[in-house]
Amino acid sequence: MSENTEPRPAAVPDPDRIPAAAQATEVEPEPLEDDADFVVALDTAGGAHQPSAVPVTAQSGSLPGAPEEESLMRKIFTGNGIVTILAVLLALVLGGLLIAATDKVVGTTAGYLFARPSDFLAAVWSAATSSYVALFQGAVFNPHGTGVAGQFAPLMETLTIATPLITAGLGVALAFRAGLFNIGAQGQIIMAGILASWVGFALHLPLGLHLLLVLVAGVVGGAVWGGIVGVLKARTGAHEVIVTIMFNYIALYFLRYLLDTPAFQRPGETTPISPILDPNAVYPLLFGSQYRLHVGFLLAIAATVFVSWLLNRSTIGFEFRAVGANPKAALTAGINVSRATILVMTIAGGLAGLAGVAQVAGTEKVLTDGVAATYGFDAITVALLGRSSPWGTFAAGLLFGAFRAGAVQMQIQTGTPIDIVLVVQSLIVLFIAAPPLVRAIFGLNPRKKKAATAGKTKQAVTTGGAA
Amino acid sequence: MSTTATSSVEGKPQPDKNRRPAASAKPVTWKLPVTLAVLAVIAFIFFGLLGPQGTAKFGVSSGGDFFQLPAIEVPAFLSGMVLSLILLGLAGYALVLKAKQNARPPRWLPAVFTVVFVVAFLIWVVGGARTPSISLAGLIAGSVTLAVPIVFGSLSGVLCERAGVVNIAIEGQLLGGAFTAALVASVTHNPYAGLLAAAVAGALVSMVLALFAIKYVVNQIIVGVVLNVLVSGLTGFLFTTVMQADADKYNSPGRLPIIDIPVLSGIPVIGPILFKQSVVGYLMYVAVIVIWIGLFKTKWGLRVRAVGEHPQAADTLGIKVNATRFWNVTLGGAVAGIGGSFFTLVAIDSFTKEISGGRGFIALAAMILGRWNPIGAFFAALLFGFADNLQSIVTIIGTPVPSQFMAMLPYVVTVFAVAGLVGRSRPPAADGIPYIKG
Repeated sequence: MSENTEPRPAAVPDPDRIPAAAQATEVEPEPLEDDADFVVALDTAGGAHQPSAVPVTAQSGSLPGAPEEESLMRKIFTGNGIVTILAVLLALVLGGLLIAATDKVVGTTAGYLFARPSDFLAAVWSAATSSYVALFQGAVFNPHGTGVAGQFAPLMETLTIATPLITAGLGVALAFRAGLFNIGAQGQIIMAGILASWVGFALHLPLGLHLLLVLVAGVVGGAVWGGIVGVLKARTGAHEVIVTIMFNYIALYFLRYLLDTPAFQRPGETTPISPILDPNAVYPLLFGSQYRLHVGFLLAIAATVFVSWLLNRSTIGFEFRAVGANPKAALTAGINVSRATILVMTIAGGLAGLAGVAQVAGTEKVLTDGVAATYGFDAITVALLGRSSPWGTFAAGLLFGAFRAGAVQMQIQTGTPIDIVLVVQSLIVLFIAAPPLVRAIFGLNPRKKKAATAGKTKQAVTTGGAA
Repeated sequence: MSTTATSSVEGKPQPDKNRRPAASAKPVTWKLPVTLAVLAVIAFIFFGLLGPQGTAKFGVSSGGDFFQLPAIEVPAFLSGMVLSLILLGLAGYALVLKAKQNARPPRWLPAVFTVVFVVAFLIWVVGGARTPSISLAGLIAGSVTLAVPIVFGSLSGVLCERAGVVNIAIEGQLLGGAFTAALVASVTHNPYAGLLAAAVAGALVSMVLALFAIKYVVNQIIVGVVLNVLVSGLTGFLFTTVMQADADKYNSPGRLPIIDIPVLSGIPVIGPILFKQSVVGYLMYVAVIVIWIGLFKTKWGLRVRAVGEHPQAADTLGIKVNATRFWNVTLGGAVAGIGGSFFTLVAIDSFTKEISGGRGFIALAAMILGRWNPIGAFFAALLFGFADNLQSIVTIIGTPVPSQFMAMLPYVVTVFAVAGLVGRSRPPAADGIPYIKG
């Protein structure tokens, strides 16, 4: 079968630029008699097709579509928990070294390093640990807080910041599972924020109904913005990475434009800030007015349950995973790949939209051009750290929420810039994506040679399909 | 949408007896003619029928020019009408070609269409402004200046992706280059040392990308995205702890001098853009030409492209696929690093957080719009620089078009481009697919 019946024509390489070997398989004897022939023809043309852009667990060593890698995969997964912990540890150590390297005391003690090395080491230790202690105190538990309420205030702040990270991360993770790289959570949060905040401050409705409308408006805003990407991907084959990056910028400039117009600007203000949302339109606080934590966090938990059910228990979720694992096989099995692509991007956008609602109706209560902060980009690292599983994403969202909340406290207490969190976050994801590297660093790679050669020969069989 | 879209929607792959033979599989679609027609109608309504009545004035010569040319004054309404009619004609021609002969429009047509559209747009914007006069020379020179980092970034993308490695980390390479250039130039008091260091820094960022993408077979997009965050965090951290602590010592790189080639730089319009640049600006032209010749006219380039299109075939012929990829990605990083030095050694003489401001992603867009070709990427980057520059000029002269929409334009155009509505851009076949030697 030629590529004309593919649902994504432009994604398929130009036939006249495919090298001859692959093209030869394309001019199949036709018309094809039955489905069996069709399957075979698809397989032989396989070398010319691109595999799914995103392996389900973005992990090294697992080439998409390699069937015999099960034993290798199992090996990786058995060491999974350890690799994750070691990756976090390694990232924290490297971050600590970076903090120490720029510390003044460390600098002065390094001057007489050879005279008294203990001073230097003590300074390195204290620079790194004091920052991390401050980070912990700002994120989880502060023993110096006033009363129990004050001591647990950091934890509440962590949960507040984790809320948009979790929901947006779920959106990214869900798209990953369908083989789509959703970089667009940022734009989806912004679009959701625009719609939700407008409903929140422009309309004046009774209690309950108003918040519901805000919620719906936000989710729809995000879903539409994500859905357009799905449609473009399914109908024209436009690469979702590029489209979502561009959509992020389009959404941001659209937001800036709106904040420049009378409809969105707070009356009497010239700064780009919207009116405050109606009291009826904001999430109720969970534990009273001393914390910022709002009902949005419960919705984040509900969203996690929903995505977990969707992926593991529903037909649609099965289709998503099938498309993510192998779009050609999914198509052959009768799954409507276009529909799945559009649907998964719509739901992903809706989930990111929930994050936008959490921002405008929960944490911020106004719309500014920083409504999405960097939540959309952080969501990608959250989903990667969570290995695209719903509860993994939830946990990763909590961890990164803790980093974010604690970093503020850390900067105040020790002067360590917030940016260190970005470094640690990205290092964690990098290390988790390459387990062999982590194991090599910790000397946990006894069977490295054997596994590598086994993997090589097996994968070569599949990658060599086009020849 | 077009005919291909409708035929491709069918979910279940039934063997279709009526389908086109595989040989003519590059179908002539309605996409381009219809898109052109829609744009032409929009142009006719806005630039023509609803066009401003005033006169748009374009200054051609600047004060220091070799000889002076008079400013061009055009009646906005009349020229808007004429130009939009030309656009309608071009679109009609494309439609007729498709309908009558089922042929695609000639290659010059979209290019001419774009140029006429941009000119009509410019006249419309300037004609409707409060002060309907801009300096064309300044506009173009400014566009080229703003395009410099984008050009370098997109060249980095071309080098990487032609070898089959997706480079989302252009932003990180630019940022890393900008930071290192500022730091090294400040410490050594020599901007040229900063320039060199920027290339090294960009190459280092690239090497991490190459290591993870090639050796550990991690998804290339993931590595790219994460690297951007890593570089942003690292430079932000070091900026606060090192540079801000002692700005005189660590963040005062000084500027690369503007090298003015006598006589030639006095030519109106093209003089300043070609012969009055910093070293980075001249390097840009050199890099575009060298990389184009390298990729398309040399043995090396043929090998690189083979690796990007069909690594198995390349490997069979004895080309070291992964080594080629590694060094290409590294070279790309060095090129982007030089581009990053533009921010801190040419544009302004200090580093600030996130100084690259998303230009790496625009560079990515320019590469796609330029169809993975250095020269195409160069012109696409110029277009984006032009939009960027026009945006700031528009706010000064005061037009009805909100500046945010001008800023949005490059991204919208890119979405149209990747969706195949404006031309057709196709990545190298093995782009983003790791290769494991058998």
